[in-house]
Amino acid sequence: MVILWGSNARETHPIFFHHLLKGMRNGARLVAVDPRRTSSAEWADLWLGLDVGSDIALANAMAREIIHAGLADMEFIHRATTGYDDYARCVEAYTLERAEHDTGVPGAAIKEVAHAYARADRAMICWTLGITEHHNAVDNVLALINLALLVGKVGRYGCGLNPLRGQNNVQGGGDMGAIPNRLPGFQDLEDAALRAKFETAWGVKIPAKRGYHLSQMFEAMEHGEMRAIYVVGENPARSEADQTRAVRLLSGLEHLVVQDIFLTQTAELAHVVLPAAAGWAESEGTVTNSERRVQRVRRALEPPAGARDDVDIISELARRLGTDWGQPTAEQVWDECRNLSPMHAGMAYRRLDDLGGLQWPCPDESHPGTQFLHARLWKDPIEGPPAPFTVVENEPPVDTLSEEFPIRLTTGRRLDSFNTGVQTGQYTSPLREREALLLSPADAARLGVADGEVVRASSRRGSVEVPVRLEASLRPGLAFMSLHFPDQVSTNVLTIDATDPKSGTAEFKASAIRVDKLTAQVH
Amino acid sequence: VQIRTTGGPATAEEIEAVDSVLGAPTSLWEGGTRTELDDHLARGGHEARSRRHLLLPVLHALQDRVGWVSRGGMEYACRRLAVPPADAYGVVTFYDRFATDKRPPLAVHVCDDVACKCAGADELCAALEASFGPSGATGSHSGGAWYRSPCLGLCDRAPAVLVERAGMRHAQGRITAAAPDTVREVLSGAAWPADEGPRLAQPRSELRLLRRVGVVDPESFDSYRAAGGYAAFRRALELGPEGVIREITDAKLLGRGGAAFPTGRKWDAVARTPARPHHLVCNADESETGTFKDRVLMEGDPFAVVEGMTIAAMATGCEHGYLYVRGEYPLALSRIETAVRQARDHGFLGEDIAGTGSRFEIEVRRGAGAYICGEETALFNSIEGKRGEPRNKPPFPVQAGLFGKPTLVNNVETLMNVLEVLGVGAAAFAGTGTGESTGTRLFCVSGHVRQPGVYEVAMGTTLRALVEKAGGLRDGHTLQAVLLGGAAGSFVTEANLDVPLSFEGTRAIGATLGSGAVMVLDETADLGTMLLRIARFFSHESCGQCVPCRVGTKRQEEILTRMLAARNGNGRDGDIALLADVAQAMRDASICGLGQTAASAIQSAVVQLGVGR
Repeated sequence: MVILWGSNARETHPIFFHHLLKGMRNGARLVAVDPRRTSSAEWADLWLGLDVGSDIALANAMAREIIHAGLADMEFIHRATTGYDDYARCVEAYTLERAEHDTGVPGAAIKEVAHAYARADRAMICWTLGITEHHNAVDNVLALINLALLVGKVGRYGCGLNPLRGQNNVQGGGDMGAIPNRLPGFQDLEDAALRAKFETAWGVKIPAKRGYHLSQMFEAMEHGEMRAIYVVGENPARSEADQTRAVRLLSGLEHLVVQDIFLTQTAELAHVVLPAAAGWAESEGTVTNSERRVQRVRRALEPPAGARDDVDIISELARRLGTDWGQPTAEQVWDECRNLSPMHAGMAYRRLDDLGGLQWPCPDESHPGTQFLHARLWKDPIEGPPAPFTVVENEPPVDTLSEEFPIRLTTGRRLDSFNTGVQTGQYTSPLREREALLLSPADAARLGVADGEVVRASSRRGSVEVPVRLEASLRPGLAFMSLHFPDQVSTNVLTIDATDPKSGTAEFKASAIRVDKLTAQVH
Repeated sequence: VQIRTTGGPATAEEIEAVDSVLGAPTSLWEGGTRTELDDHLARGGHEARSRRHLLLPVLHALQDRVGWVSRGGMEYACRRLAVPPADAYGVVTFYDRFATDKRPPLAVHVCDDVACKCAGADELCAALEASFGPSGATGSHSGGAWYRSPCLGLCDRAPAVLVERAGMRHAQGRITAAAPDTVREVLSGAAWPADEGPRLAQPRSELRLLRRVGVVDPESFDSYRAAGGYAAFRRALELGPEGVIREITDAKLLGRGGAAFPTGRKWDAVARTPARPHHLVCNADESETGTFKDRVLMEGDPFAVVEGMTIAAMATGCEHGYLYVRGEYPLALSRIETAVRQARDHGFLGEDIAGTGSRFEIEVRRGAGAYICGEETALFNSIEGKRGEPRNKPPFPVQAGLFGKPTLVNNVETLMNVLEVLGVGAAAFAGTGTGESTGTRLFCVSGHVRQPGVYEVAMGTTLRALVEKAGGLRDGHTLQAVLLGGAAGSFVTEANLDVPLSFEGTRAIGATLGSGAVMVLDETADLGTMLLRIARFFSHESCGQCVPCRVGTKRQEEILTRMLAARNGNGRDGDIALLADVAQAMRDASICGLGQTAASAIQSAVVQLGVGR
């Protein structure tokens, strides 16, 4: 059994979804939890169409149901977890009646899914931005972790908690320490001993305090505290919530450097643009996928004239700043990483080639890699610390619905386009339709707007003009837009930058909007 | 399952047609209107997709009701069955019966295949062309269109025409020994003549398998019982499953579908396969050119088919049977459906068959105009609602057949023989025919004989005797050749007329009994035209899945066209060798029997009759 929770993998992770389809053909059952009945949900045995931002109410009610039905894996809970009693006390308040009220989903269906998940021999929960693009993103994730721990569905074949990564190497970015508080291999930057290891190897001092995450960076820009940015492979001028503010702050920087394979809207604001080689076809290296598997990437094409490999660009930058690293190859850089990051130590290029990749942790060259990260919880006694339950309460979206802003707008992605369209905008697709505000036919009828009519959509932050497209699968009161065509419609003018302080992610998934006919405004 | 409408919504008529098979939709997600529950809940997945096998019945309903399958109608069907439209479109376009462009409700299918050519089909087509324009033309007159058709299985009453009117009161019928004037009138809106059941020319005393045809009322269970019906079933109950299989094995019964596989061995293999459930399929998709014996059996003695299936199911542990009837057999279909219904009403199908405590149901399925669906694995795909493309073997059907489960497939005539074996006993049955080929065989004699029809003779009877039984040739005419086994068979000349009609006898001269088609051609037949018709037939019927057949059948048609034109001096050197080369490639490398035999008749004509030289 697979629960896709807040993920339209059919469109956003199509390759992964093909694997899912194979599983379904072999009998796996699919449950989709999503406010919209997406094309992924069309494949599902059961779709739970919860109200936007009510995920914790649903998860906690499932937990209560599992506990009351005696389906919790108490043996596993006692042996391998902590905090169960507090958790059980917390979810006790989430009756099916309350959950039906909070989520809109019939209590009987919640019960059905809870029982099926608990009883399944193998079941996994997969999620994406439907869980994380909320003001309480981390709580949402913790609610799902709690559920999996409750029935012991972690660290075993066919089970687990899988955040689906949006790109082939999101995990690899984290592996390499592109996180404010981590060194390569997820080693704690604020641990002096670990820092010392790197300082010795590199012969430089490393700042002892963690850096800023993206949302904090924008705050720092606002305060004039951050005046220069080096952006690599990101397009924050279009991908940030509250776009008007983001562009204003980026434009006000003293120095902006953008390294990218395209001249993005952010690059257009930059003082210096460094054209880069495409990571997947024009350079050598590795990527780490969602299952922690490090795989080799090989150069198939020479980059176009003037574009250079990221390693070249950074080495050249270092040379001009006074440190000569020579011209390291990708393998040399990787071997340096292996020396400093224990979880990658056993992953020589030769082994990655021979074995088709390895899953970390892989501490030495005789280690086969680790298939299940949390298999340790099934050792007797368990290895490492027990897994904690965390008490999380349902908190509705920050941007509340009101008489003035009665429609819930949620945003997402489509099969034919990628994020802000930097990489897909220049290709045509027979599936692609121009940006539109997807409205339920009932809402459109109430508002007196027709399919294709351009309307004004407004939130508490701003408004955009956008054509309406009727979407019969949307229930009344729910609207949808993508962020793929920022030049046509700046969706993120409407979204709220209410940010989860723990993850730094904004609540893209829940805005309150109103929709007005343009003609009405003229009069 | 991404379902997007590109062709406009389905019409009320189309929705009604689909719902007549599936029932009304219960939610927005199934194609209905939004209810409050739909806002937050939808069911689908495995349960919705498990009805995929109903796709063909639904498409038939659309075709019956509106005369074609519109994009909107198809997409509504897709939503109801959770089938991706691209997938469904592949199915719709695979089967000849389903039209993807708007057609007039009245369709007249005129057979221009080998046997009907002998009876003036070309002249009939020419007459229609003069009045109504070429095949498929709809411009010049309202209401109807005529289409050339491959063999309709009415060779005993050639030339044959199948008529169909779409609408609320969908009707199908046929015109036999069709005169141009009659067909013209029907195309102009006149009622078509009433259908008659099969007639046999042979003396009753010679008949075993056919003995009830024309004697019993094919629409009365009681009449069947009174004529000895279900005696074999009682005998089977006495013997028990193992006893029945032993009896069939001892009778040395070989399958009558064309492959001549020992029936007892097949039954035994299915019975022993531990995987459950077991499925039973009766292959009544008789489409081989010149073959119509199964039609005669189904039209004349439909309850016997049901009884045969019931015995097979009991012996091999099947609880569900499918009877796949050729789409061009409207009378057979309705009689079989009646027989199944009555057998159920009398407790001989259903939860507790005749008080035995075992359960067996028969579902009747209708073919949709695809010759390839006579191939057993293509037939499975067709029942499952897919394109009728054959599967690779192994796994064999007895291991993994319909819906991936162990499946017993038998031809109608084979099941008829089962009744006979149980009726007379294995020893007596094996006493008829030859040592290797036991029992009697049904032959479909057509073409230039005085009395075309189905003839039942003991295995080993000579071809000459069979042709004589059918009245011989018309006075003053001489034999040119006999096409034995249909389009997939081969030509036999005067010199081999004394071949014994047994599996081993025909094998000895490089021919085959095949489906039992015996098409007699006298000196007036234009063999070249006949061969070209056969070549066109195969290139049209190739499912296109494997290259040797898809390309080979096309090349074969092209080369043959060129060779026949060579009589006028346009030929190319080496065409005969090239044709032989293509034939070899198809025989060696095609996935299924269609490609493997697509060159058989043509090669035999080139080699034995010197066609093209």
